[in-house]
Amino acid sequence: MSGNMNINLKVWRQKNGKSQGKLVDYKVENVSPDMSFLEMFDVLNDRLINEGKDEPIAFDHDCREGICGSCSMYINGRPHGPNQGVTTCQLHMRSFKDNDTIVVEPWRSAAFPVIKDLATNRSAFDRIIASGGFISINTGNAQDANNLPIPKGDADDSFAAAACIGCGACVAACKNSSAMLFVSAKVSQLALLPQGAPERATRVLNMVAQMDAEGFGSCTNTGACEAECPKQISLTNIARLNREYYKAQLFSNEG
Amino acid sequence: MNWITKMFSSSLGQKLIMAITGLFLITFLIVHCTLNSLIFLNDGGVTFNAGAEFMATNPLIRIVEVVLFIGLILHVVKALVITLNNNKSRPVKYAAYDGKANSKWYSRSMGILGSLLLIFLVIHLSHFWIGTKVLQYNGTIVGHNTFHELVEVFHNPINVFVYLLGVISLGYHLMHGFQSAFQTLGINHKKYTPFIKSFGNVFSILISFIFAMMPIAMHFDIIK
Repeated sequence: MSGNMNINLKVWRQKNGKSQGKLVDYKVENVSPDMSFLEMFDVLNDRLINEGKDEPIAFDHDCREGICGSCSMYINGRPHGPNQGVTTCQLHMRSFKDNDTIVVEPWRSAAFPVIKDLATNRSAFDRIIASGGFISINTGNAQDANNLPIPKGDADDSFAAAACIGCGACVAACKNSSAMLFVSAKVSQLALLPQGAPERATRVLNMVAQMDAEGFGSCTNTGACEAECPKQISLTNIARLNREYYKAQLFSNEG
Repeated sequence: MNWITKMFSSSLGQKLIMAITGLFLITFLIVHCTLNSLIFLNDGGVTFNAGAEFMATNPLIRIVEVVLFIGLILHVVKALVITLNNNKSRPVKYAAYDGKANSKWYSRSMGILGSLLLIFLVIHLSHFWIGTKVLQYNGTIVGHNTFHELVEVFHNPINVFVYLLGVISLGYHLMHGFQSAFQTLGINHKKYTPFIKSFGNVFSILISFIFAMMPIAMHFDIIK
């Protein structure tokens, strides 16, 4: 087909968490510009399986519509590739040119160990979420929506923070592999709502403690996370996390 | 009091120390720059020497000087601890890394800029501060011609070059540091953050420019 491209890939291959990895060259021919980046990998893997010489490349993916947070490729020095506000699955080959060389690596962080090839273990994020604990709510029938008045601005900010899909691009982008943007989004989404009020102090204290225990670096406010976040989570959340943390330490009975 | 140690040993608490000491050091810079600007009166250093003598003899300033050094040491030591810890957080580096796509180079180079500043500070203190301390110890500080010291130091082109490098490092360090300190303190809102950012940039450029003009003006005998 006319307009199809040839792509030179340099892909990180690593057998398991203990072995040494290295970049391996692959040439993918006849790539449609309408393919997603992951579909291009499917084509390559199909070929690798049929050739039988090399194992297929392991990479995380699930929904392929930009909402699950599974896909996690570090493409040409940027998480989720060159475009803003999209995940790897929503990145299309039309963003590249014929004969481009593309370097694909896994997220790099002590807290996200490589499982195999491009797949990393991001359960550190799950443990941070778990450390935040549950919220106290009444079960049973849903109550009337207007029983809990919430200012429109707060609801908007909370929903914007809740858009975080926990993909880890913030950690991958940060020169310190700090998880501050992720944790700040998860703290903010509940801190802004009345439902999050009872556990507000314990939540932030526990989540920050867990974040530090997982071995993420600290935030130096470079703003790389915000620039690379596929859900465009704002840095204002990090400032809120700082405030929530100091408030919880200084003015709550917790800690 | 367990919560205090917990707070200041957490990654957020350590950053809080960086932000508070950083802003404190900025207030010192303002005083230092204002006082040194007295040389621009171009009166042969009369007013400048009077200012320098006040700073060297006023007992309150002596106390503030100690606080200043504590602030500086805290800032440097905390920076070192945080940086070493951050370096551990990514044991395997990226083969391809495109930092400029998502952040400013000086925001990613605070450690290098800070180290350059520290080296400059040692040179700077050996030029002026140590001499003043000796005079204070001997009790001969009153009537000392600090202005003449400036003239001598800045007559040497190597010193001028070192001072300009120091001032450029300071400018970039402040451009990130100023607005970063407010973010760490939790002060970020669309009402005033754009102002903090632009004020920080103007302040960083202005203070570096004024500092840079001092060795240049003295080297070329515009101020004498």
